[in-house]
Amino acid sequence: MKILVTVKRVTDYERKVKIKPDGSGFETEGMNFVPNPFDEIAVEEALRLTKEHGGDVVVVSIGPNDATQQIRQALAMGAQRGILVQAGELDSDAVARVLQKLVEKENPDLVLMGKQATDDDANQAGQLLAGYLGWPQATFASKTEGLESAEEKAQKPGVKVADGWASVAREADGGIETIKVQLPAVITTDLRLNHPRFASLPGIMKAKKKPIEEIPVASLGVDITPKVRVLKYEEPPARLAGVKVADVDELVNKLKNEAKVI
Amino acid sequence: MSNVLVVAEVVGGAVTKATLTSVTFAREAAKRTGGQVHGLVIGQGVGAAATELAKYVSTVHVADDAALKNPIAEAYAQVVKAAAEAAGATVIAMGATAHGKDVMPRAAALMGAGMASDVTGFAGDGWGVKRPVQAGNVIATVEVTTDKKVFTTRPTEFEAAAEAGAAGAVSALSVSVGGLKTQFVSFDAVKSERPQLTEASVVVSGGRGLKEADNFHKIMEPLADKLGAAIGASRAVVDAGWVPNDMQVGQTGKVVAPNLYIAVGISGAIQHVAGMKGSKTIVAINKDPEAPIFQVADYGLVADLFKAVPELLEKL
Repeated sequence: MKILVTVKRVTDYERKVKIKPDGSGFETEGMNFVPNPFDEIAVEEALRLTKEHGGDVVVVSIGPNDATQQIRQALAMGAQRGILVQAGELDSDAVARVLQKLVEKENPDLVLMGKQATDDDANQAGQLLAGYLGWPQATFASKTEGLESAEEKAQKPGVKVADGWASVAREADGGIETIKVQLPAVITTDLRLNHPRFASLPGIMKAKKKPIEEIPVASLGVDITPKVRVLKYEEPPARLAGVKVADVDELVNKLKNEAKVI
Repeated sequence: MSNVLVVAEVVGGAVTKATLTSVTFAREAAKRTGGQVHGLVIGQGVGAAATELAKYVSTVHVADDAALKNPIAEAYAQVVKAAAEAAGATVIAMGATAHGKDVMPRAAALMGAGMASDVTGFAGDGWGVKRPVQAGNVIATVEVTTDKKVFTTRPTEFEAAAEAGAAGAVSALSVSVGGLKTQFVSFDAVKSERPQLTEASVVVSGGRGLKEADNFHKIMEPLADKLGAAIGASRAVVDAGWVPNDMQVGQTGKVVAPNLYIAVGISGAIQHVAGMKGSKTIVAINKDPEAPIFQVADYGLVADLFKAVPELLEKL
């Protein structure tokens, strides 16, 4: 099977971003960029699926030329080739419509994407893409076995593919829902689908020779006018640090008489 | 003048509290469109839920069909689109639950609408809305520029709506959703005697400071029982497999805003804090006085949790 996987270049989620003084965006100087962690889980799942069923993994990133780094990281994990759509910051809707064009060109059996990017936290692109394509979707893919299971240690895919259908255990409200989607389909990944592998040294060496096709976004003929405009960014209201209490007695006293929550 | 449509979520035959918080957002939106708030109930045998929702909105559209028994996004998104047309709605909102996040972007694609996710409120008198980005470290003000606008609203940021003066009308909506390429297989509910994490008024959460899974249960469960609290966990603990996935509190897990949040042995990674800093009163118990959790805690107790929590239990 052929799997298209998205990898977005995002600011390192372990570090706090700095907002520009005019609130128009973020300071990029000194920022560290990483592959969106949810997308790494998608890459891992794609590699496990193609190991089991055969086929190729194509990695797509939409972003600046520097996003080549994040594509190479996915190639070093084991994906076969990459596509960089050269573009500035797009909203989720434009991303979905760019991906729709690529899907029409590449004809994959499955599109695997992180459930959200850790920079804009929109959680939309996968569902939008499925909607535009008229494909079924399975969002928030997880697995029933858990990350400590023997299946995970053996690097078995959590998504089970058989007879042209994919069975997906999804993280739903209040439990795990299992659905089956007919391929081709869009699946988005949640945190506990798998532990992504680290790239090996031979993998990193091989990745340098793997092809990355560069496509200027303008050449795709997609209207990328945003449907959602960012007016400004600002710091959230600071929560005032409270007090340290000396012992449990003082804590109970404060909760009863000051906060009045018990 | 156009209307606002709230897509309800029905669990166990009843409309969820998350739905009523989205009604509150919708009433604000209706002031801007000059129209009325309509509701949409989707499912099978959901008549009672529709009658209940009618207490809060002017008209409830009900798509009651065997094909809609399970919440399949492929089907529900089509119903949302049809209902928006029937309701004459240009604003379509739903709670930002797992279900809402699954269905609404797909519905937005079908309608050609722009969408803002996880909205926490209006920024002014216009269409600017606020939403957290960057794991909650930044608030973005965004504006959906299309005629039709789709929103998911963060349930912890809005009060549940009060009943309107007069009950609204209930109107059947017939939508054909044949040829689905999605099949429902099963739902394994996490069974718990305790309140739902996102709806509880008290939440106690445990982290890596508890050292092992057994301790998590021994220390956290009696405390939760005593306070009638829901139990949450940090991502580290969930990743270690001590507790199920759906207990994770954080930007990538559940976002909670109870009256009282007690963090036990949690250091306070930014993504965890993003999921609980809306709580009214935060208590942190941690032996490391430098733990970042103390920067957001109203009451911090620097102590060995294995001594402090049993003592707290005794004195509550």
